[in-house]
Amino acid sequence: MRRVLPEALLAAVLTAVLAVPIFGLRIHVDGIDVSLDRTPTPVIVAVVVVFLLRLFQEPLRAGWARARLSITWQHPLADALRRTRRQPGYRALPWTLLLIAAVVWPFTASRGAVDIMTLALIYVMLGLGLNIVVGFAGLLVLGYAAFYAVGAYAYALLAQHFGLSFWLSLPIAGALAALTGFLLGLPVLRLRGDYLAIVTLGFGEITRLLLNNLNVLTGGPDGIGNIPRPTLFGLEFGRRASEGGATFHEFFGIDYSGEHAVIFLYLLGLALVVSILFVIDRLQRMPLGRAWEALREDEIACRSLGLNPTVIKLSALTLSAVFAGLAGAFFAARQGYINPESFTFIESAMVLAIVVLGGMGSQFGIMLAAIAITALPELAREFNEYRMLAFGLVMVLMMIWRPQGLVPAVRPRLELPERSEPAP
Amino acid sequence: MSRSLGKTAAAEPTPSPLLEVRGLSMRFGGLLAVDTVNFDVRRDQIFAIIGPNGAGKTTVFNCVGGFYRPTTGSVTLDGQPIHHLSSHRIARLGLVRTFQNVRLFKTMTVVENLLISQHTQLETRLLHGLFKTPNYRRAEAEALERAVFWLDKVGLLPVANREAGNLAYGQQRRLEIARCMITHPKLLMLDEPAAGLNPQETRDLDRLINDLRAEHGVAVLLIEHDMSLVMGISDEILVMEYGRPIATGTPDEIRSDPRVIKAYLGEE
Amino acid sequence: MSGSSLLEFIQQAINGLTLGSIYALIAIGYTMVYGIIGMINFAHGEIYMIGAYVGLLVITVLGLFGVDSISLILLATLAVSILVTGSYGWTVERLAYRPLRGSPRLVPLISAIGVSIFLQNYVQLGQGARDVSMQPVLTGGWRFGPEDGFQVYLSYMQVLIAAVTVVSMTVLTLFISRSRMGRACRACSQDRAMANLLGIDTDRVIALTFVLGAALAAVAGVLVSMYYGLVNPFIGFIAGLKAFTAAVLGGIGSIPGAMLGGVVLGLAESFASAYLRTEYKDVVAFALLIGVLLVRPSGLLGRPDVEKV
Ligand SMILES: Nc1ncnc2c1ncn2[C@@H]1O[C@H](COP(=O)(O)OP(=O)(O)O)[C@@H](O)[C@H]1O
Ligand SMILES: [Mg+2]
Repeated sequence: MRRVLPEALLAAVLTAVLAVPIFGLRIHVDGIDVSLDRTPTPVIVAVVVVFLLRLFQEPLRAGWARARLSITWQHPLADALRRTRRQPGYRALPWTLLLIAAVVWPFTASRGAVDIMTLALIYVMLGLGLNIVVGFAGLLVLGYAAFYAVGAYAYALLAQHFGLSFWLSLPIAGALAALTGFLLGLPVLRLRGDYLAIVTLGFGEITRLLLNNLNVLTGGPDGIGNIPRPTLFGLEFGRRASEGGATFHEFFGIDYSGEHAVIFLYLLGLALVVSILFVIDRLQRMPLGRAWEALREDEIACRSLGLNPTVIKLSALTLSAVFAGLAGAFFAARQGYINPESFTFIESAMVLAIVVLGGMGSQFGIMLAAIAITALPELAREFNEYRMLAFGLVMVLMMIWRPQGLVPAVRPRLELPERSEPAP
Repeated sequence: MSRSLGKTAAAEPTPSPLLEVRGLSMRFGGLLAVDTVNFDVRRDQIFAIIGPNGAGKTTVFNCVGGFYRPTTGSVTLDGQPIHHLSSHRIARLGLVRTFQNVRLFKTMTVVENLLISQHTQLETRLLHGLFKTPNYRRAEAEALERAVFWLDKVGLLPVANREAGNLAYGQQRRLEIARCMITHPKLLMLDEPAAGLNPQETRDLDRLINDLRAEHGVAVLLIEHDMSLVMGISDEILVMEYGRPIATGTPDEIRSDPRVIKAYLGEE
Repeated sequence: MSGSSLLEFIQQAINGLTLGSIYALIAIGYTMVYGIIGMINFAHGEIYMIGAYVGLLVITVLGLFGVDSISLILLATLAVSILVTGSYGWTVERLAYRPLRGSPRLVPLISAIGVSIFLQNYVQLGQGARDVSMQPVLTGGWRFGPEDGFQVYLSYMQVLIAAVTVVSMTVLTLFISRSRMGRACRACSQDRAMANLLGIDTDRVIALTFVLGAALAAVAGVLVSMYYGLVNPFIGFIAGLKAFTAAVLGGIGSIPGAMLGGVVLGLAESFASAYLRTEYKDVVAFALLIGVLLVRPSGLLGRPDVEKV
């Protein structure tokens, strides 16, 4: 007890040492004149806060523990929820309702909202894709935006140079991204898995660099414009049809409306998300998905049973890249133009934040997190300035307090039928 | 190496051993954990390695199984050199093991543990699984059947749907053995399988190991401290001390070997 | 090789060695932390960036007081910068990594990238996102070569960088090999569980490793801010990536390896930007990383690691 005061003082001094050079003194450059702005307030606030927190650490901890105890009433509810989610019959129901709501919603919402949701769907795809490698296989990928870029540029270039349609380009974009992931993983995954983090980080930077500098191919910093929008079985959503094409509104004999295109894109994104969800659900129940899980849990045991860790990790990375490629092609189609700025490290960090926040391995949590993170900047503009700061903090705090994420994953477990064990 | 009387009498040509270990050494920095170890395991044999803690027994397993690359020496399985192969390749050739500290997939169910170990025999191609082709369904159904067979055999059927991490210790040990056996191994390596078991469980284990050899044609390489188990079950025993092999022979020979007595009794 | 192209080659070698010294200083922090707790400390590049900011701040403050003795500036800057970044290294380990000891590998790795993102934006908030530049403190140098042809230029600053790097490395090596704490460090990096059994306070050793790494990063930061006179919150990102490459190149976990790796990488980059295109020097570094992982994953001086089963 008596040691609390000196420790609090020490913490306060440490805070001062940390804060003064960053927040207390600011270098002000004006031409060749260099001066120092002194801003003591934030430092003083930080020092006082840290001092008090440290001083009253014990009572605060105790209070926190009590507060936590008092909210355990939630647990029966959570348990019940988890049990219904395991029941095969009930599992489908909430998802079906959710899907119906998601399909009907755009017809009632504003155009701007639908547009933002379409963007959110892209992040859902990215989150779900990254989750395969991070959540299932337990490998960190820090340059996910690179695969996303491969997909986007693949579609843009295929459309520009060969006039390929969105629908034809989509699988090619996925395949190219997969190839990239495979080639990148090949040298790295034989080794310790955590090298993958740094190699993909580097790869992300290199990709951005190449996109910016290979002007002939990628258009450099200006990027590529005039990317055609997707069509519905050949029907276009423009006001007038391109040469030899037909438009949606003329075909159905309705008035032209800009909303058709927006809603169509949204529904297209939704369809992609639903197919990805379906694939992931199957994957989790397949030998491959089980192997990812097993590998994350105990690689040595896996090897002792003849599972080749490199192949299994590589399959996770490759599949994960496929989804980023698909998302990228869809992104290019939605934007109509792309440039390297959309594929920076910030993008990769954002997708990782989605996965971490939503709960590694949990599809539902990731969807929630993706929507929240995309919608938040739209609701609160000021958030943008602190966005990255918040992402960084969220990753650290989540790892300390809730590494399983806000909505922990419920893995589909394989169980033997009928021969039920006697009730415990 | 001499055997007990009746067995060697026949003039049939001795078949090549299943596992041949020659001049095996493993060095960790300054420590020679395994020092020039030689032994053979025949196809129908239960072969035990004994020795005090730290003698290098587990390290022998790790070298044979490809988890460590031996500093020198060769390991041959069925006439094929395996010491340069990685552990998963060796496992596929039919040499599997359990671990001194049980290594199950703790958060997965007991059945799932048995499915994981059949991974190499399953239909793992992506599209087959995504579209649940007949091939895929059949493979999964057969895998489940095999799992049920082995769960029954080791008495874990009633707990098939529990999380492996929640099993009692003895059950975990048996699950680990089942997980190995379901891969149809030629040689099963057990690292202290009786450690932590009660006497009844140890007797069951004894019976199980004998049964595995008799009915499933698997040779067993065993590390064990329980002397009554080792002496009762083994055809041949290798004694190690400080990384060096100090004696090889039948249980009777080992029991009366002065070096072994010295190594064991001298310590206790 | 004609005379002038030989001189050009020498010039690039000088530049490469300068750059390599910086990489080597940062790489040691990566390699030591990886050696002890097997984690890639992504935030290390940011620690270096903070060191550079502090360096610039101290130089500015001294400038306002009219101090112009180079040795005084250097010593004061190094001292303050090491104090501050050492504190950052300690705090980061204490708050963001220590609570995660014993978690699955992925968990501290995500925390580390979180710290890295956080620190980058935190400095941006405090100091602004724009480049901060100032007049070089130490100018001038020697020229060699023909009057009318290509001349090799060796600046005083480059010599200073080399000298400070050599001194820091020597101090570190002596500390690790001679002192009690240094022996504890080595014991921990061989077998942490065993060291713990033998009564070594492993938490303290780990904290010390972070502080030592941060101190060397501070030295690198100070040298960079004196050399280029230009700092922004993003310099840590690329420098960290390069330094990690250097650490892998030399053999992760090996301190001499990190030094060698830094120098090799610096030279490679310098030659690449001279003989290829400047934009591609990062590509060369990355290609080198992949190449090493393919051909010699344990690095130039590293021992292949045996994962304990
Ligand atoms: N990966 C390793 N690195 C360093 N030393 C090891 C390693 N594995 C085992 N050892 C050492 O080798 C010796 C033999 O260990 P082990 O084979 O586990 O003995 P046993 O199984 O006979 O009890 C021990 O001193 C142990 O500390
Ligand atoms: Mg052992």
